[in-house]
Amino acid sequence: MYVAVKGGEQAIENAHLLLASERRGDPAIPELSLAQISEQLTLAVDRVMTEGSIYDRELAALAIRQARGDLIEAIFLLRAFRATLPRFGASEPVDTGAMAIRRRISATFKDLPGGQILGPTFDYTHRLIEPDAADAAPQVPAVVDAVEEPMPRVTDLLAADNLIERSPARDFDAPVGDLTREPLSFPAERDVRLQNLARGDEGFLLALGYSTQRGFGRTHPFAGEIRLGEVEVEFVAEDAGFAVPLGRITVTECQMINQFAGSATEPPRFTRGYGLTFGHCERKAMAMALVDRSLRARELGEDVKAPAQDEEFVLSHSDNVQATGFVEHLKLPHYVDFQAELGLVRKLRSDFERGASPDALAEAAE
Amino acid sequence: MNAPAYNFAYLDEQTKRMIRRAILKAIAIPGYQVPFASREMPMPYGWGTGGVQVTASILGPNDVLKVIDQGSDDTTNAVSIRKFFQRTAGVATTTHTRDATVIQTRHRIPEQALAEGQVLVFQVPIPEPLRFLEPRETETRRMHALADYSLMHLKLYEDIARHGRISTSYAYPVKVQGRYVMDPSPTPKFDNPKMNDCAALQLFGAGREKRIYAIPPYTAVVSLDFEDHPFERYRHDARCELCGADDSYLDEVITDDRGGRMFVCSDTDYCEARRATADKPHAVPQGYPA
Repeated sequence: MYVAVKGGEQAIENAHLLLASERRGDPAIPELSLAQISEQLTLAVDRVMTEGSIYDRELAALAIRQARGDLIEAIFLLRAFRATLPRFGASEPVDTGAMAIRRRISATFKDLPGGQILGPTFDYTHRLIEPDAADAAPQVPAVVDAVEEPMPRVTDLLAADNLIERSPARDFDAPVGDLTREPLSFPAERDVRLQNLARGDEGFLLALGYSTQRGFGRTHPFAGEIRLGEVEVEFVAEDAGFAVPLGRITVTECQMINQFAGSATEPPRFTRGYGLTFGHCERKAMAMALVDRSLRARELGEDVKAPAQDEEFVLSHSDNVQATGFVEHLKLPHYVDFQAELGLVRKLRSDFERGASPDALAEAAE
Repeated sequence: MNAPAYNFAYLDEQTKRMIRRAILKAIAIPGYQVPFASREMPMPYGWGTGGVQVTASILGPNDVLKVIDQGSDDTTNAVSIRKFFQRTAGVATTTHTRDATVIQTRHRIPEQALAEGQVLVFQVPIPEPLRFLEPRETETRRMHALADYSLMHLKLYEDIARHGRISTSYAYPVKVQGRYVMDPSPTPKFDNPKMNDCAALQLFGAGREKRIYAIPPYTAVVSLDFEDHPFERYRHDARCELCGADDSYLDEVITDDRGGRMFVCSDTDYCEARRATADKPHAVPQGYPA
């Protein structure tokens, strides 16, 4: 007979040992090295860094291995570590216009200054499983060096003709919102919304972005530009008094060109949606740009009717570490609450059997 | 592991029969969206899985296939789909509109008039013309059944009230044979008149949304409009800078970051044929009457 009154501690320790041995798998098979993960499961590492909010490939690889490939668990590990780090301040805005470009495509113009650079993409591969691919020696691809000279952004080209709304003006003195230091409140400003989306679950944003394409809050998007490459991160050190380069990071940026808006006083212009991720997370960057634009409904005077336009709904449910914690917490013991519910249902049933009138029951329920 | 073996044109014969039945039904009810059990294809949804399934189902070993995207044979997705059928069906391919028996297209109808015996297969993202006015399928199916298209007319009217003109520039709704309102797929409205009374069979495949619809040859296709705001065809008012055409749909190409731009034919086959025969004016391919 199973009576879980004592022995919890022992059980937990044993479960941890079992987990570690399951994680390792068959000891006759060599353990994955961190270099293998960060070199060959690159996109998993990129996703974990983006949603984990730390740019550190080795740490992300370590988390993925420890999490047995469960990416949300790996993101969780990174977030928990991140919470222990001191915050020195905010970097200078990164200049994606000066990116060393590895991939850059526009769906709005056939050709444009700097050209279309396909780069490493699954896009035009045929999804046919090729069992031999793992063993075959890879062919050497023809690549040019990353393009270092500034490549004008499509949205800047349109802005030159005033065909798209301006980017918000830079305000260097304005504080940068950070929802890891200030709790989210509504209505949220766009900087905090974008931070929330950047940390948000790829699958959740993907589904929301998709819902806008299917009519639940339509925004007429065009992928104005998607670019992947390295950007410089700079930080103004108070002591030095000038911007110090911290290093280069890989980012993916997506600029959506959306439904035009105009009014009696303003000629029609396209509007923007923006997405930015660490590493190569193109699906995430695109979904983020779609949802960013949807969340601007209130600001642009559009009816807020669809889930993707509802900032409280989106921002409160986008974080997969929060979501997985709360969904899975249902596994925790709820004995005492359930005991109370059980008692109530038994009491109501006995009232019912004694023929209490439905009116009295309704009153009791209220 | 068993290495997979694939049938002619990728799909198994049972699937092809199912799709052909849907196509036949679609031809019998012009403009009506026939549900079909769309398969997972080896390219992503939204990249032409519907068109690819229709093409795979009608393709025979003697067909000659042309694939275009944005009017061009050379755009990445067109290249990819053409290679897919070269690899899985081994059929002959061409870039010449007049030589093709099957043309799969995304977003354009070729400039050269199509002929009897040709099939034009459209890739369709959202087959439901009412979708952006009413997101629920249960509602839109009912509207089609009752031929209740007031919502669409209201939308076009609101465009005029707000912008002074109908502000739908692509995926412009049409009425087929006086009955069903149909989405022509996101072709620029410039192409709408080509669908009317067309000699070729036009098939539309939407993979993700699991719908097939059709316009049989010589069917009446009318772009929705109002008496005082008639349908207007739009093309940029310029000649193609490569071939000089003044009747073709043009792409805008940005040439520098100081406002420089040029306009060229979106239909690359049309443009190339015109350039090749520039010194023989009578051999210029015949476009549609404007």
